[in-house]
Amino acid sequence: MKKTQNELPEKDGALKSSLVTPMQRRVFLRYAGASAAAATLLFTTTSCDDDDDNGPMDPMAVDLGSGDTGILNYAYALEQLEAAFYTEVVTRSLSLFSQTEQQIMQDLKGHEGIHRDFLKAALGSAAIPDLEVNFSSINFNDKNSVLTTARTFEDLGVAAYNGAGKLLEDAGFLTLAGKIVSVEARHAAVIRDLISNGTFSDTADANGLDPAMMPADVLNAASAFITTKINANNLPK
Amino acid sequence: MNIFRIIEDIEKVDPEVYNRIDSRRSVFKSFGSMGKKAALAAIPVALGAVFNKAYGQSAGTVVEVLNFALKLEYLERNFYAGGLAANGLIPAGAARTAIETIQMHEAQHVDILIATIQSLNGTPISEPTFDFGKNFADWNTNYQTFLTLAQAFEDTGVRAYKGQAGNLMSNDTVLQAALQIHSVEARHAAHIRRMRDNKGWIEGAAENSNVPAGAAPVYAGEDNVSQGGINDVKTVGAGYSAAIATGAFDEPLTKEQVAQIVSLFE
Repeated sequence: MKKTQNELPEKDGALKSSLVTPMQRRVFLRYAGASAAAATLLFTTTSCDDDDDNGPMDPMAVDLGSGDTGILNYAYALEQLEAAFYTEVVTRSLSLFSQTEQQIMQDLKGHEGIHRDFLKAALGSAAIPDLEVNFSSINFNDKNSVLTTARTFEDLGVAAYNGAGKLLEDAGFLTLAGKIVSVEARHAAVIRDLISNGTFSDTADANGLDPAMMPADVLNAASAFITTKINANNLPK
Repeated sequence: MNIFRIIEDIEKVDPEVYNRIDSRRSVFKSFGSMGKKAALAAIPVALGAVFNKAYGQSAGTVVEVLNFALKLEYLERNFYAGGLAANGLIPAGAARTAIETIQMHEAQHVDILIATIQSLNGTPISEPTFDFGKNFADWNTNYQTFLTLAQAFEDTGVRAYKGQAGNLMSNDTVLQAALQIHSVEARHAAHIRRMRDNKGWIEGAAENSNVPAGAAPVYAGEDNVSQGGINDVKTVGAGYSAAIATGAFDEPLTKEQVAQIVSLFE
């Protein structure tokens, strides 16, 4: 059985009902999952199969946690990064853009901001702390630098959610992730078209499928922009 | 282990557990007819089977969802093919290139869905016949009508896949592929919306998407601000406008809602 540390909080204001129910369902799914789970119930009484035996980690690293909570924290980390980026763009780069483009940047700041704040509220006391970002490689006075960074973040976000869907155990959380990922894909398409019109879906492969990436690869790609060390070792695999 | 204790535990979170497994009662009877030791040994496998059937999604469910998606992909593929074949409908240059790109993806989606259904030993639906002119007589003579329908189809596609994700959770490979199609549909939707001078995202219900009243079902519920148990997501953080709160979350459609939309073209 998976460890239950870092489960979603049982009490935290408005979210209590929404988050407690999925948690119970998750516990229940461990029972119902398959014969393997049943076998574990039969033969295992005390020992738990730890997920987090992946060697030494920086003790100061932020632990995303395990199970669905871990995946939601993973999404929260990415949304923190995106929100921080567009906040900078709106503060420092708006004059580089046409009026229509400025509206787009304002909308992206708003969307990523509400994704971040929503996930933080949903996670309650299980939410990871604020991450420290590092945007030193981005020239906020250069339109191309801003747009290519935006493209990187949006395409990465899409691939991240696409890869994380299967790691979620609760159908409600899967739908929530679905509600967010298609908006990230809309962002990615619009940003791509601003860079070069018609490239909105050039990410798709020969089967017409967008990329999907696993958390370790996504966090590796994002690590150049995040100063805070993140421990993703306990995420579902 | 006490199997009935487990079911009691499950009952605490799912009061309907007994109803779900009622039809499988023969399984429990067969425990009784076995020797005690044999019954106990059989429990892990038998229990998994019982619950998989009661709660899990059979391959049949997954195939059903994939066939539902296949119908939508046929609709989109054939619609764009028809538009591209209509003389003088789509302006040469960026517009035509974009429609060609989208048509290519929809054709690829048709192919991969057929292959996936077959790999699950399912039978793909045969290609449906659509009547795009049934309610939109100028669909292939009026470029604006064509683009409006394209937007409606793409936004419907995004919502349709989103609504079925939960029904694919039993098969990680299929679920991920569906999500990988889903985000491509969203990219298409954003581009078509921008070709019509709309925002790439959906703010509120139909009123901001520049569609005729008949297309309202495509955007029904997109004005939802209740997310993940938060009654009003506008209130998180420092607060957000309704436009941001609805634009930031796309909403699912049920199979029935999608079928109603598709029926306008068949």
